[in-house]
Amino acid sequence: MKKAFEIIDHTADVGIIAYGADVEELFSNAALALFSLITEPESVEEKLHLDLEVSSEGRDSLLVEWLNELIYLFDVKHILFNRFNIESLTHNELKATCYGEGFDPMKHKIKTGVKAATYHMLKLDKSGDGCKAQIILDI
Amino acid sequence: MARWQGQLIKIDDYRWKIPENYKTGMRVPGLIYASKEMLESICEEQTPEQVANVAFLPGIVGYSFAMPDIHWGYGFPIGGVAAMDIKDGVVSPGGVGYDINCGVRLLRTSLSEAEVRPRINELINELFLNVPSGLGSEGKIKVSQKEMNQLMVEGARWAVKRGLGSEEDLDVTEEGGCLGGADPSKISDKAAKRGMPQAGTLGSGNHFLEIQVVKEIFDSHIASIMGITEIGQILVLIHTGSRGFGHQVCTDHLRVMEGAVSKYGIKLPDRQLACAPIESSEGQDYLGAMACAANYAWANRQCIAHWVRESFSKIFGKSPEKLGMRQVYDVAHNIAKIEEHTIDGRKVKVCVHRKGATRAFPAGHKDIPRRYKEIGQPVLVPGDMGRCSFVAVGTQKAMSESFGSTCHGAGRALSRGAARRSMKGRDVVRELESRGITIKAGNILSLAEEASQAYKDITEVIDVVHRAGISRKVAMAIPMGVIKG
Repeated sequence: MKKAFEIIDHTADVGIIAYGADVEELFSNAALALFSLITEPESVEEKLHLDLEVSSEGRDSLLVEWLNELIYLFDVKHILFNRFNIESLTHNELKATCYGEGFDPMKHKIKTGVKAATYHMLKLDKSGDGCKAQIILDI
Repeated sequence: MARWQGQLIKIDDYRWKIPENYKTGMRVPGLIYASKEMLESICEEQTPEQVANVAFLPGIVGYSFAMPDIHWGYGFPIGGVAAMDIKDGVVSPGGVGYDINCGVRLLRTSLSEAEVRPRINELINELFLNVPSGLGSEGKIKVSQKEMNQLMVEGARWAVKRGLGSEEDLDVTEEGGCLGGADPSKISDKAAKRGMPQAGTLGSGNHFLEIQVVKEIFDSHIASIMGITEIGQILVLIHTGSRGFGHQVCTDHLRVMEGAVSKYGIKLPDRQLACAPIESSEGQDYLGAMACAANYAWANRQCIAHWVRESFSKIFGKSPEKLGMRQVYDVAHNIAKIEEHTIDGRKVKVCVHRKGATRAFPAGHKDIPRRYKEIGQPVLVPGDMGRCSFVAVGTQKAMSESFGSTCHGAGRALSRGAARRSMKGRDVVRELESRGITIKAGNILSLAEEASQAYKDITEVIDVVHRAGISRKVAMAIPMGVIKG
């Protein structure tokens, strides 16, 4: 099986490279990569779900907005997610159901605080056998 | 990353120029302050490319500057300074960063190392309890939406009005702890929601609270005016910013700027440099929102300083006044400000972006408090948690050359991942303890990322800015106790 994502080093920050057979899978894997940086995803159970709608000007900025929405939800509602069902994804809109649970300091180890997903060195490529994206996070 | 291959012209031992013709589109040359040795690692990281990219921004005047603590950032390098003419220039949220007004505040005390060392564990534990820290930490003060609006406009004064600190603290804070032009109507609901619960918290990552011991005084006259008089004297350094509030403000406005770039036909070599003309509605909206976040950060450091004084008071059984806990100064490290500078003999209003850089105004400048008029503005430069921190002052040279700016810290040398790998199997806490530094951290996992090895040597950074003349070193202190979020 092809890997879902990789984490790359970037002096003050950290980057993710996400893969997917299609764009939907890529968006889901990028979100998984984000939460793998924040916590240990195995420790997160599916206890709640949340429907999200994100819009942006274009496909690659949509990816940044999507991750920023998840960062916001963690910061404000303290929810850790570990599964994402991308229901629809157009050029500039995304609808998804996200599954996870509320942060519990007794149960979840927090590895890194992520401030934001950036546009820096942002890349989203489609090729014959799938899609690949690179996003740098400010941590 | 491949080594940067561009041309650097040596001006003197501490100044290196990237010529304007290095890349088509540069409007001004780049200027890097560094020693020859430091330049090696700067080039290995490709950072000069980012210095050159910043020189593309419309309205930039003078140089695209890089301080010796420069390292690779997103869009702007960290340690970068760029001034744009307000008439035809742009403002770029990336030139400020996500942690708007991340900065430091220094308190002096009349306590000595001999008095504090025996009680350091008690003191650190008390501070850890009294100052909310850690990822997603929420404050012990509750801020309603109405209060949040006041906080955004009033900055540190908001906290002082609540009894957290004094008028004197405001006097020795950059901008009096309140940047004008704050416009809460430019703050999204999301930003406010992230900000309200986090007011009065230290946060995590590289933010810290440090109890320090003065080890060296380089200029006793200047130091004494700041209240730093003895070797062995205890100082407290607070390093934090605008928390999730600032991050969201940056995220929100970068999105707006993305659209502005095509609207105003601005050509950029990196999307993260997104910007808008200062005078445009997008530019003004960002500056109004950024001021809200800057003020939030000043209120934040004001609250924390108060709790630090409370904690010392509890442990030593004396009032903060009796313990001599006066504020030395508070500076912003990530900010954009409209300032007046002289360029080619002409007074010009510019928007100075300081991204990981410190304002360093000289003696006599109108914007520095009376107490420091004679010596210049204090510059606070924290190092990493295992080495030392410096106090310096601004100079006329900084004013005439670098838009009154200097370095801000050590600057990362290793990525977080590389730092973790280099520290693998080593006990950071014990290593620090063996050197007389007590540490308490909310997240032990992230400690290795902040180990000394991950940073450049702050002493080299300070030596460069001192020798280049853009600030003067005054005192050096080493950590005795550290709280990391």
